[in-house]
Amino acid sequence: MSFLMSSASAPRTEKVPATAPVFELIEVEKVFQVRPPNSGLSRKTVGLRALDGVRLRVDTGTSIALVGESGSGKSTLLRVLLGLDAPTGGRALYHGAPIREARAKGRDFARDVAMVYQDARGSLDPRMTVEALIAEPLRHFNIVQKDQIKARVAELLDRVGLPTDAGRRYAAGLSGGQVRRVAIARALASEPSVLVADEAVSGLDVSTQAQLLTLLRGLQRDMNLTLVFITHDLGVASYLCDEIAIMYLGRIVETGPTDVVLNAPAHPYSAALRAAAPRFFEPMPEPLSGEIPSPLDLPPGCRFSTRCPAAQPDCGERDPQLGRFGAHRAVACLHPLTNPQA
Amino acid sequence: MTAKAAPAPATVPPAGPSGNGAARGKRSMFRRRPFFTVALIVSLAYILGAIFAPLVAPYDPVAQSIDAMMQPPTGAHPLGTDSYGQDILSRVIFGARYALIIGFCSVLIGAVGGLIIGLAAGLSGGWLEWALMRLIDSILALPSLILAVAFIAILGQGVDKVVIAVGLSMIGPFSRTVRADVMQVRVQGFVEAAHLMSIPYLQVVWRHVLPNVIFPLAVQVTIRISEAILVSSSLSFLGIGVTPPTPDWGLMIAEGRDFVSFAPWMAAMPGFALALLLIALSIVGDGIREEFDPKGRRGS
Amino acid sequence: MAMTETDTLLTVSDLTLYRGSAKILDHVNLSLARGETLALVGESGAGKSTIAMALMQLLDGARIEGRADLAGAGDLFSLSSRQMVRLRGKRLSMIFQDAGAALNPAYTVGRQLITTLRRNLGLTRPEAYRRAVDLFAQVGINDAEARLSAFPHQLSGGMQQRVMVAIALACNPDLLLADEPTSALDVTIQAQIIRLILSLTRERGASCIFVLHDLALASQSCDRIVVLYAGQVVESGPVAEVLNNHRHPYTRQLKSCVVEIGRADLVAPEGTVPPHDQMPKGCRFSTRCPRALARCSDDAPPPMPANPDRGGPHDHVFACWNPE
Repeated sequence: MSFLMSSASAPRTEKVPATAPVFELIEVEKVFQVRPPNSGLSRKTVGLRALDGVRLRVDTGTSIALVGESGSGKSTLLRVLLGLDAPTGGRALYHGAPIREARAKGRDFARDVAMVYQDARGSLDPRMTVEALIAEPLRHFNIVQKDQIKARVAELLDRVGLPTDAGRRYAAGLSGGQVRRVAIARALASEPSVLVADEAVSGLDVSTQAQLLTLLRGLQRDMNLTLVFITHDLGVASYLCDEIAIMYLGRIVETGPTDVVLNAPAHPYSAALRAAAPRFFEPMPEPLSGEIPSPLDLPPGCRFSTRCPAAQPDCGERDPQLGRFGAHRAVACLHPLTNPQA
Repeated sequence: MTAKAAPAPATVPPAGPSGNGAARGKRSMFRRRPFFTVALIVSLAYILGAIFAPLVAPYDPVAQSIDAMMQPPTGAHPLGTDSYGQDILSRVIFGARYALIIGFCSVLIGAVGGLIIGLAAGLSGGWLEWALMRLIDSILALPSLILAVAFIAILGQGVDKVVIAVGLSMIGPFSRTVRADVMQVRVQGFVEAAHLMSIPYLQVVWRHVLPNVIFPLAVQVTIRISEAILVSSSLSFLGIGVTPPTPDWGLMIAEGRDFVSFAPWMAAMPGFALALLLIALSIVGDGIREEFDPKGRRGS
Repeated sequence: MAMTETDTLLTVSDLTLYRGSAKILDHVNLSLARGETLALVGESGAGKSTIAMALMQLLDGARIEGRADLAGAGDLFSLSSRQMVRLRGKRLSMIFQDAGAALNPAYTVGRQLITTLRRNLGLTRPEAYRRAVDLFAQVGINDAEARLSAFPHQLSGGMQQRVMVAIALACNPDLLLADEPTSALDVTIQAQIIRLILSLTRERGASCIFVLHDLALASQSCDRIVVLYAGQVVESGPVAEVLNNHRHPYTRQLKSCVVEIGRADLVAPEGTVPPHDQMPKGCRFSTRCPRALARCSDDAPPPMPANPDRGGPHDHVFACWNPE
């Protein structure tokens, strides 16, 4: 479940309704102080709102896709979720406690929340063998006895579909798909309950991508992982994730169950993304006009109003917040495209 | 460096051209780089000659003989003799000892000093980094020969003093390359990944930053040995390095300079030995760098 | 689509390309009619970009066999590099995946466009400037006069690609090669750029070869499709015909890997492309093919017409001994 924090009682996941969600973001805001372009020698800085009023809730055991184009704030949101950046406003909670505090308190957060980087190759030390790379978290978190490390590494390699002899190789000698598998094995080594993956299958051939997607889905189901999956590909999101959150210019504009949102998008931006995704033999859609505005120069009112094909006069005046839309959805639009279903 | 490309596992595409290239490179590096191979053999010959100098050299390098002064190359003295009647071949062979010892030791001093300063500058940031970098810049502003001369002026003459002087003069360039490598490594994904795993900072430096800095440094060492030898020989040539009658090439060239018109072999032979060693070491250093640098290899 | 000889713009016959001992392309045959858009699809290592680069003579250190006949210019592979320079831009031009890297960062985009116009069309500076403003407007760059004086890094990825399209079409070539022109861009921008390329080439009556990895995108944007696997053409023909009534097992595999929205089942294919020194002599897909026969690995299947009654070089063709 991933919508308004005010509706925490909605009991869609029957499993553990009593405990606090894994992640909860309440009006999270992240402002970077930057020097504006063409400012010459002036030292004056302006605030860049990378995140602006983000509300998100990730319950235990769900899989949620964060979807958006470049400049939507996905990466910043990821860094806030991982406790690498502190939000400049609002609250970012992990099991009810601020994420930064949870991270500072000890190894438990680091062990429980594992990360698969977009640049999987860069996230692996080029001077360590695959075996040493996977053994590092095993040793660091004392997952198994010392004499069992080798066996556990072999087990993990097998789990991600790599042969045991891959352990002796270096990342530079592996293909793109293999490197991603190593990164996944390393993330799983600490036995996390949450897996955060940043574009984990992008930039790969379709058959490699298909192999990784089936692997990730199997892992998520078998190990009951909570999955936060950042992607730009709606097909990947719909295959892998129960929930979806669509971001535009630092704000989540629509969230809800993936199939419902993608079948009947309520926000015009969701609809545009949906239409732009290539589909067999559909005529090329009328694309969105223009490009994403600079976050330094947000349009007044709704931030999507400059490109929105369904913009009304009041869209340029009032800034819509993410609000409830039916039972399990939320949308930030003054004139949603569909009617909420109960 | 790379493990040999094992047969690609069933589920994943093979490593492609890069993987195959690495495996192919492993097998025939010596055949693909003939210059490197020749240079390596030459360097090894120098090293062996230096180690076994007493066995290889036909004469005592400091034994003077009034009967055989300034003889041109003959059967008895293949490279001739100098103005004291010392055998030049023997002196060149023993000279390799001094050249190589001074080269290795001073580069080691430079590399260790550079590693410490470079790591500190690259990791600290803030005012400490600023202060260290200005220090390095001021060292770099002077050529290493001038610096070595200055250190000799403070320390005095002798082989050990030359080693220290040349070593200190090389700290500057080493620390700059180390710092550049540190800056590059510390923003890499794997360092952030280790941080994310809440591995303590010093452990990250020890386990992930240092190994990725040490290797390029080792390559630098092989390249800079020749520079150190050149500087030490220049010091001797200027008459402020090692003292006579030590069989040092720089010294021998300086001594032969006065007789160049009628006994050219006196300066030419040690000069040739020096040039050959420097060229061979440079080629070896370059070959090692090109072959093992992971940045150059990652290509595709 | 009835074809006569005069309609054909480009015919590639038996193109085989070696790099060292590795055979990167293996007897590739293609033909392209005037005004047609063709998609080259396949996975990495299939050789789809290599074909485009070979046509532009942009490959170093490759040994090429076979012919590529461009109408009115003869065999491209036998032209000298000087003759090729004269052809590039005017007859055929290319746009790349990474427009930011293809543009020279040291010059304004306007200067790069104007230089192209002046060199290839012999225009005077004011003429070229007017033409450049015109072209920028055509590729949908608002405020063209101001944008001409921008440096590449000051433009977004989508804008850079528009500039590349403007430069590529500046001299009205009749063949445009687009190598993954949108895979570095966001999906909404991708739709803009593909539509732009299609409408501009159509307006000019030019042909276009798209190198793509996305089958669905190929089905939306192209007339015909060529499916490549490890340097061999496995199937080609009209896009709807090939994708709906595929005959080659690899085309099925490629199709089955496309993750469409709402798709719940996904069967990942087994295996991997063999390295070049272990490539089978015959059909290169035979090592992974679920329908492989004994002869497949030794005996390369020739191109066979899917509809023998219709025939013609432009119709649906596949290369398989045991077609579906």
